[in-house]
Amino acid sequence: MAQPAIPVSRPLPVTIPVREILPWAVFAAVAGLVLLYFVGAEQGATHLISGHTVHEFVHDGRHLLGFPCH
Amino acid sequence: MRSLLVRGMLVGLAAALIAYVVAWFAGEPQVAAAISIEEARAAAAGEAAEPELVSRTVQETAGLLTALLVYGAALGGFYSIAYAFAHGRLGAHGRLGALGARATALTVAAAGFVVVYVTPILKYPANPPAVGNPDSIGRRTTLYFTMILVALLAAAVATYAGRSLSPRLGAWNATLSGIGVYAVLVGAAYAVMPTIDEVPGDFSAGTLWWFRVASFGIQFALWGAIGLLFGGLTERSLRHGTPREAGLRPAATR
Repeated sequence: MAQPAIPVSRPLPVTIPVREILPWAVFAAVAGLVLLYFVGAEQGATHLISGHTVHEFVHDGRHLLGFPCH
Repeated sequence: MRSLLVRGMLVGLAAALIAYVVAWFAGEPQVAAAISIEEARAAAAGEAAEPELVSRTVQETAGLLTALLVYGAALGGFYSIAYAFAHGRLGAHGRLGALGARATALTVAAAGFVVVYVTPILKYPANPPAVGNPDSIGRRTTLYFTMILVALLAAAVATYAGRSLSPRLGAWNATLSGIGVYAVLVGAAYAVMPTIDEVPGDFSAGTLWWFRVASFGIQFALWGAIGLLFGGLTERSLRHGTPREAGLRPAATR
């Protein structure tokens, strides 16, 4: 009983509450999907902008990242 | 939480620069070889050369770099959300066994690499130019993205299963069970989904193989750099940074 509790040098992990993550998750999902769409699919399977310039510009990246390109 | 998201996207950009080095040295020679096969075939068939909308030089420098940066930023954003869920929730049952920031970051990156890239390409591998029928691009794109979605759902189910089993089996065996659930679900998806093989019979096997190795290497570099950089920076900010950061505290200082 002589030893008082030693202050913990390893603090207990604190998780981030899910309700705090969710709005950011929605925001990141929307922004991320738009970005991925332009790298991975625009002017390939479908297109928002006509022509092939976007497709040709990201062409090498699309192939090398593993997306179906043409 | 906002600082985690910003950190994830910035780390994604940095990781894209590293991936570009791999893409330049390992990927571009294979793309060039595939394009020369494509052109030789078109010439043999008597087709006129296609007009270049974007020059090859731009495609392999600014175009490739832009694609990697945009992809890296998007991945980094998704990654930081996954990290936020995992922080303090991974590791042995009981709070004291939880993984620290760096180990959590690397675990999440490894899982992301396997789920988002490795699992889909084992069914629908990356193809260089000159491989693939242009008429089936819609179907191939749909199947590829469906495979990514299936892998994500399988990972979610596996994570849920592993976490529910953890109190009974212990962390190690529960994790193995979760991996088993993932393997069964993905295996079932592989069996059900249609196979696509549009590689021409006379296409160079060497070019195809090294192209796919390069693609794997680029994604490995990207995910690896994200995991290591994000973990290192998060650990540092937990130790020295603002204590109020996003409600985050050290998961375990080790």
